[in-house]
Parts: sequence; C-alpha cells; structure tokens
Amino acid sequence: MGRIIVEVMPKPEILDPQGKAVVGSLPRLGFDQFTAVRQGRRFELTVEGPVTDAHLAAAAEAAQTLLSNPIIEDVVSVRADGEEA
Amino acid sequence: MARIGVITFPGTLDDVDALRAVRLAGAEPVSLWHKDADLRSVDAVVVPGGFSYGDYLRCGAIARFAPVMDEVIEAAGKGMPVLGICNGFQILAEAHLLPGALIRNDHQRFVCREQRLRVESTSTAWTGLLKEGEELTVPLKNGEGNFIASPQEVERLEGEGHVVFRYVGFNPNGSVNDIAGVRNARGNVVGLMPHPEHAVEPGFGPDSEAGPRTGTDGLTLFQSVISMLVGA
Repeated sequence: MGRIIVEVMPKPEILDPQGKAVVGSLPRLGFDQFTAVRQGRRFELTVEGPVTDAHLAAAAEAAQTLLSNPIIEDVVSVRADGEEA
Repeated sequence: MARIGVITFPGTLDDVDALRAVRLAGAEPVSLWHKDADLRSVDAVVVPGGFSYGDYLRCGAIARFAPVMDEVIEAAGKGMPVLGICNGFQILAEAHLLPGALIRNDHQRFVCREQRLRVESTSTAWTGLLKEGEELTVPLKNGEGNFIASPQEVERLEGEGHVVFRYVGFNPNGSVNDIAGVRNARGNVVGLMPHPEHAVEPGFGPDSEAGPRTGTDGLTLFQSVISMLVGA
C-alpha cells in the first residue's frame, strides 16, 4: 500500500482569513515570535502497491482539477509519502 | 410558458424559494435533481443557495461535478440563461462558467443582513428589466462570499463591464471592488451572493420605504429572464 501526499496552499497574494485568525491568537498564548501564518491543506491519497510514476501523474492531475482551485490556490507538493517535500 | 429549472443538491436550502420566485414572476417552475443528467427541457436554470455536499473541500467544488452540472455547462455554452445565487454562484465559479472565486469573508464571520446593491450591468439575461445605477435591497447570508480574482482578471471584468452588482454602503465580506455579482462574456450566465429570491413577495421580503417586509426588488431578475425568453 502506497501513499501520495498532496499539499495545497492559498496563493501568496490571496488573503487567507484562517491564517490571519490563527496568527492573531498565537500571541495570546505567549507565542509572540511568529509574524505570519498561512493555512493550507494536506491530502493523503492511498493506492494499492507501491507508488508509481503513473500514480503520481494521476494525483497531480487530481490536484489541479479537484483538490485545488487554481484561481486561489497553488499545489505546492505532490510526492510519495516518505519522500522529501 | 417559459420553463425555469431550479437544481436541488443535498444541502440546498433556497430551492423552494427560487421555485416560488419563478412562479411569482410568471414562469413554470421545474425542480431538477443534482444526480439526474437531464434538464427536462427547461429554458433557463437557477442554481440556488444553501450549502452543497463537498463544501468542506471548497464551496461548490464537489457539487460542480454533479451529473446535472455537465448538462448546465453544455447548455450555458449554447446560450441558455443560468443564474447562480450564493452557493449557486460558488458552484458556477468552480465550474468556470463565471470568473473568479469565493473565499471566506475577510472578518471570518457569517453575515446575514438586508443588503443594498447597485446594478452595474443590464446587458444580461437576468438584468434586462433593471436600470443601470438602480439600487436594490435583497437579503444576504453567507460565510464565504468574498469575491476574489487576480488583479489582471479584476481589471478585465471592470473594463469589459462584467461586474453586474456591487455592494452599496457596506461591503459585507471583503469582496474586491465591492463586487457582489458577475456575468460571463456572453451575459447569459450571472452569479451573485445576495438572494433576490428572498425579495419577491410583499409580506416576506426585506423592509422597504413602503413598510416592513414589503421589498420585492428581487423579482425583476426573474421577470427579466422571462421577458427575454418570451421575446426571443
């Protein structure tokens, strides 16, 4: 059983209200060293057997069509689990 | 009589209101089910508001792939009038029938209010009977109604007159340039976050100068499409 990790982030120029709310809360808990937070999504796609290049290509296509909206988000990573981001 | 379809997805809340608006405007309302790849010979389609299954990914992201949406996309390509309201607007944006995207309100809160809008484009299937610059008051209720697009896209929308409605007096969600509704290039597809179908009958709409709950400003959108269909 292999696993593919897909990570999607809001585009840098797009307002990220969730990240803004988190960065506002951190100082109240004593974490005053973080100047910005961006919040994205991580998807874990499981396949039968080891992850192949074809699996990765299909995951990349799924990431562009459904997992992200290219108008507001970037797919920042599509990789087999265990590989470097 | 013009037949106007209203799609119901799991989680849709305003389909019955939209059907009622269609009937009050003078057309035959037709219920459409998201799983059916069939538009039942309607002349126009309303994608109503509420919530759709899969909104937890992004609003409208999964609903956009419902079987009925393939038919809507094809019919819209041939010029059929399509109106997306609130979640319907989000679904049409995800389906790339309309430009831009809707993200969470900049203040992170759900907002529910009677909202003033200015009509910016009357050359659409849904706004032909309105006057440019006219102001409407219709209810608005959303948590993710913040319209966004790249600066180049916003410039194009503004330059080509594709902004249809703009918020007046108060921007409830942080939308760029106070944009409340947009159209496609052809003008047959329109999407807006506020709810015209909630302002179509005296006694049930927003407050107006005539008294409490008397506002019926939303009715003209439905009358506009009927007038266009009958005239064609």
